Amino acid sequence: MRAGDGQVRLLYQPFSEWLKGVDHAQLMQKSREAEMLFRRVGITFNVYGEEAGAERLIPFDVIPRILAANEWRQLSAGVIQRVAALNAFLNDLYHDQEIIKAGIVPASILENEMYRPEMQGVDVPGGIYAHIAGIDIVRTAENQFYVLEDNLRTPSGVSYMLENRKMMMRLFPELFRRYAVAPVEHYPQVLLNNLRAVAQPGVHDPVVVLLTPGAYNSAYFEHAFLAQQMGIELVEGQDLFCRDNAVFMRTTEGPKRVDVIYRRIDDDFLDPLAFREDSMLGVPGLVSVYRNGGVTLANAIGAGVADDKSTYTYVPEMVRFYLGEEPILSNVPTYKLENPDDLKYVLEHLAELVVKEVQGSGGYGMLVGPTASKQQIEDFRARILAEPDNYIAQPTLALSTCPTLVEQGVAPRHVDLRPFVLSGKTVTLVPGGLCRVAMREGSLVVNSSQGGGTKDTWVLNGDKPC
Amino acid sequence: MLSRTADHLYWMARYIERAENMARVLDVTDRMSLVANSAYDEAARWKPPVLIADDVAVFERDYGSYTAENVMHYMALDERNPSSIVSALNSARENARAVRVAMSSEMWETVNALWLELRQRIRLGLREADIGEFCDWVKSRSHLFRGVTFGTMLRDDGYKFVRLGSFVERADNTARLLDAKFQLLLPNEDPAAEVDYYEWSSLLRSVSAFEAYQKVYRDTIEPTKVAELLVLRDDMPRSLHACYDELEPILEQLCRQPGCECLRLAGENHARLHFGRITHIFNSGLHEFLQDFIARNNALGIEIQRAFLNSPD
Repeated sequence: MRAGDGQVRLLYQPFSEWLKGVDHAQLMQKSREAEMLFRRVGITFNVYGEEAGAERLIPFDVIPRILAANEWRQLSAGVIQRVAALNAFLNDLYHDQEIIKAGIVPASILENEMYRPEMQGVDVPGGIYAHIAGIDIVRTAENQFYVLEDNLRTPSGVSYMLENRKMMMRLFPELFRRYAVAPVEHYPQVLLNNLRAVAQPGVHDPVVVLLTPGAYNSAYFEHAFLAQQMGIELVEGQDLFCRDNAVFMRTTEGPKRVDVIYRRIDDDFLDPLAFREDSMLGVPGLVSVYRNGGVTLANAIGAGVADDKSTYTYVPEMVRFYLGEEPILSNVPTYKLENPDDLKYVLEHLAELVVKEVQGSGGYGMLVGPTASKQQIEDFRARILAEPDNYIAQPTLALSTCPTLVEQGVAPRHVDLRPFVLSGKTVTLVPGGLCRVAMREGSLVVNSSQGGGTKDTWVLNGDKPC
Repeated sequence: MLSRTADHLYWMARYIERAENMARVLDVTDRMSLVANSAYDEAARWKPPVLIADDVAVFERDYGSYTAENVMHYMALDERNPSSIVSALNSARENARAVRVAMSSEMWETVNALWLELRQRIRLGLREADIGEFCDWVKSRSHLFRGVTFGTMLRDDGYKFVRLGSFVERADNTARLLDAKFQLLLPNEDPAAEVDYYEWSSLLRSVSAFEAYQKVYRDTIEPTKVAELLVLRDDMPRSLHACYDELEPILEQLCRQPGCECLRLAGENHARLHFGRITHIFNSGLHEFLQDFIARNNALGIEIQRAFLNSPD
């Protein structure tokens, strides 16, 4: 909110003015009202490892994060470019592997667990693998953005972008008169149009469904919400079956052909005949039908190889290789601990670095050096030495903060942003995203499973408030 | 719509209806046990609820004797008993949770609130003295659910499956209740007239039909008229005939293929109720008629399940 010199940035001035007229008790009251509304609607998630069926709310912060139009233009051009390159990379990797032949990405990538040999040589409609991509971004200074991570499998959180906006308009309508905020509510329509556009050629009026693992999945609310918003069926594996190189859903009027499956189930659980045999969530035969072009899956099987933390370091090169452009967004410098030099450096600087598991997610299995205890650092050192290939390390960035409502008042907290990039006929995104905030002072971990909260993100129509 | 969605909606409605009817039976049995009557001992008095639920063998194995306390616990609270009120309400909520976006948010909130309050009541401990109030609560929550459904749910196929579940279950429950009570009451030759009055009026009250009887017949309570009211009268909302008046048109809309077996079964059952005479039914035996009806209604339930809910590959 404040620039380097401590002045309130122009962007936040009307907000700052407004805040002077509102006391802490009123804000806390609004915050409780929001919590009550979220609970009633049932916007909850299940935390793995807690008592079965424990339904929790993600803390919602009533103070928005504000981005100017020029910042958004740069950021959105950057993520669109990045996702275009990632899709080109996946298409190449599963076909001619030019990028390996060119020596840019090592052939060892084919040994990555997320690489799916079943997909080699399979054509997918439009050559699109990551139809929905969530790109995690942090801002370190004016117009300076870094990509932390690409999420190309089944990225979640978009329901919070939509519900948070609805909540803010309900709680603080007067703020929307002070700011010209670009709308995000059309996201489900854009998504539906894109999903329909990637049906196999020749299908008229394609039937799209959303495949969920079921009511006990941590993101079930989001699955139900998106299906409802798009007006499509929310199906479980047991509702689908394969016959004659096609997928059908069981309806009260008999079997009905399905053309596009927006799946929110990981590759491993999609089809017990192709992947994990013990999966009760999947559809037997689905992979075979998919490979033969009988149905479209979004995202494609095998997209995960491109969002692996060890692949991440090659993305800027992919942009140059496939698009012939300079990357707009930077990567965070990353040490790969499989390299002896990197390993040596990291072990000497553990207290300054963030160390992550290559395939970890949700903030589990990571070390944040500057806030870790000596004991935690030593424990982690032992884990790294046991299996260096399994880790990468990055410097801690001077993440920007955003004013956040806490018990004592309004205080700065670190934030990140996950815009959702949609690829169909074109690559687009709605102006906004999931803004996650670390609720603890000084913390850099924003994951909801680690106590992080969310905020509404306001992209302004101009570079000034109104 | 998805078969699984229809299945959850159908069974959610059936379980709520079942809980309500069980509450009705327990409530009336409890009240009648307060009326001094030497004709029935405690066991004879408390056996019918278990008979109605078709659970005699399991009950005798687990509980032994038909005391008020045993039967109330078994029928209201025992989670091992799949037909207890608590089990039925648990199942209703599980079904609702799986398809919450297929119904209105008010319906989901009603079922969820019902379940949350049930857990609360169980935690606080339910005593024998509270059974009457508990049964009233179950009935009123069922009424609320029905009203919320009627007032807020889109009239799509989902709505039809909710209604279908309610009426298939209600027809079954009313027939079982009638059968059990008649078996208890009719063999008694020459019981004192005032005792008879209480017995028959309690049966009517258990299906909210006492005032209706007075309005329709303006006469002393006679077994044949009680049976006629609950079997054949189409204006009595819990009668078998009224249930089939609702069921048949719903199936006419849902059966989109010619020669639908559901529709044939429903039509046949409906015709027997529509054109039946109570004197004929009594001549050939009410018990036989009701047993036959329960089997036919059950056959319709199985056919609905087959045709719509577990749609085969």
